[in-house]
Amino acid sequence: MSACVQHGPGDLPRSAASPRAGRRRMGEPLRLAALLAPAAILFAAFFLLPLVRLIAIGAGGPQGWAAYLTTLADPGHLDSLASTLALSAGVTAVTLAVSTVAGLFLVRHRFPGHALLVALLTFPLAFPGVVIGFMVIMLAGRQGLIGTVTQALTGGKLVFAYSMAGLFLGYVYFSIPRVILTVMAAAEKLDPRLEEAARSLGASPWRVVADVILPALKPALISAGALCFATSMGAFGTAFTLATRINVLPMTIYTEFTLQANIAAAAALSVLLGLITWAALAVARSVAGTSVAAAG
Amino acid sequence: MTSLTHRRGWGFWLQLGFTLLVCALLTVPMAMSMLAGLTANYFVGLKSGLTLHWVEEVWRVYAGTILLSLQIAVACLAVTLVVGVPAAYALARRPGRLARLVEELLMMPVAIPGLATALALIVTYGAVGDLRSSWLFILVGHVLFTLPFMVRAVLAVMLSVDLTTLEEGAASLGAGFIRRFRTIVLPNARSGILAGSLMVLTLSVGEFNLTWLLHTPLTKTLPVGLADSYASLRIEIGSAYTLVFFLMIVPSLILLQGLARHGRPSA
Repeated sequence: MSACVQHGPGDLPRSAASPRAGRRRMGEPLRLAALLAPAAILFAAFFLLPLVRLIAIGAGGPQGWAAYLTTLADPGHLDSLASTLALSAGVTAVTLAVSTVAGLFLVRHRFPGHALLVALLTFPLAFPGVVIGFMVIMLAGRQGLIGTVTQALTGGKLVFAYSMAGLFLGYVYFSIPRVILTVMAAAEKLDPRLEEAARSLGASPWRVVADVILPALKPALISAGALCFATSMGAFGTAFTLATRINVLPMTIYTEFTLQANIAAAAALSVLLGLITWAALAVARSVAGTSVAAAG
Repeated sequence: MTSLTHRRGWGFWLQLGFTLLVCALLTVPMAMSMLAGLTANYFVGLKSGLTLHWVEEVWRVYAGTILLSLQIAVACLAVTLVVGVPAAYALARRPGRLARLVEELLMMPVAIPGLATALALIVTYGAVGDLRSSWLFILVGHVLFTLPFMVRAVLAVMLSVDLTTLEEGAASLGAGFIRRFRTIVLPNARSGILAGSLMVLTLSVGEFNLTWLLHTPLTKTLPVGLADSYASLRIEIGSAYTLVFFLMIVPSLILLQGLARHGRPSA
């Protein structure tokens, strides 16, 4: 952070033209540094420092840094990590498929009610995880819609909100709006002439999608998918609302911290989880410049 | 693209049906929960009548959480404005590898799960004075989480206008920095500041991942109360509470959508 403060002096020779202009230019890097300073101080004191401390606490036990390996090798933790990774991968695949179909359709066709449909589809963008959890309960809970419908049709009540399946539904629900937005933004930039060319050369609609459109959307899809994966890995509110027994990494960390009071293990697992989500988002950022905002 | 719209074969209707189904998945539970919050007895159904009883009950039990959430959201907005807008300006005036790195660092609280950030804050500052039991502790978490959104939104707009040229013009006419910032930089970044502010308010009011660990029995926010009501109270109260939450965030969500629509063609 402080590096930014230091890049002032290097710029000095540029501004030697006139004394007055020189004075003004010399002041500028300093001024920019001063404007950045509050954010930098806040960030360093309340994020970087605590993060370093968390990493150190993970290694603070008698085992030192080896504690990270021990924590990770714990069968319960490994199991939780594996199921969280599987859940997030599944959510990402389903969300990408659903949102690509819907997003492409919305970009390529205009019809009455189009704007309303887009607005409704992107509306839950900033819902917190707890509310998403409640939406899943409304759909698949004990008094939910799916239960009522299945009971009327088959006599058996289908209730899956309070399990991994409910969490899956919740994360897909949460991710669809932002992935649709990303797909739509990317699809609007596609060059329609490429498609026309493929069509005029006799390509079937499926081949146009497979050979022209999907390759062009690939960066956006990778970026949106990475974002979706990272949010599914780290989200906590939905799992917390649905059931504390669901075995995903954020719930494991929470249990280690509050019920077991095993702060070192909670710290180590948090660092691991942070590394995974951060890496996923770094992928997203490097593939496509901007990504649609993530929320809790 | 327009040539396609004339041919509405079965493919069109199939895709429309699918998209409507996705839309139903997203909106039906919202409508159900809003209705449930106004239904006298959800188990019996709508024929039990509509009532505001549950909303009143929510206000009686949870008014404190709603007010605290508003208080934190407004304070969070103030801090992110004062800290974030100047930071975005500094990053916009010095685009380069360093600015990219700083931006990347500032985004980290969004990339790292709130749970981890909250744990880190607790182990570092949990024992410092009365901070742990103060609402300011939650505010710190919310500022960390929302600051990137403010910086991003403002920075994007600032980079799209040529600030350097505009400012040099004003400077050659003798305008000092404070004057330039007030009369040139801020007006030009208005749409970004507005979008960032709405985002900050919405995210702060709904923040749960950090807040659940940071809160104490005396500092419960709205989402904390929501989780509480979902777990322990009847579905009508949870629904009515969710309805109150929707009413709080819907205006800013609609404004955000409007801003995005207006911003797209010009940007």
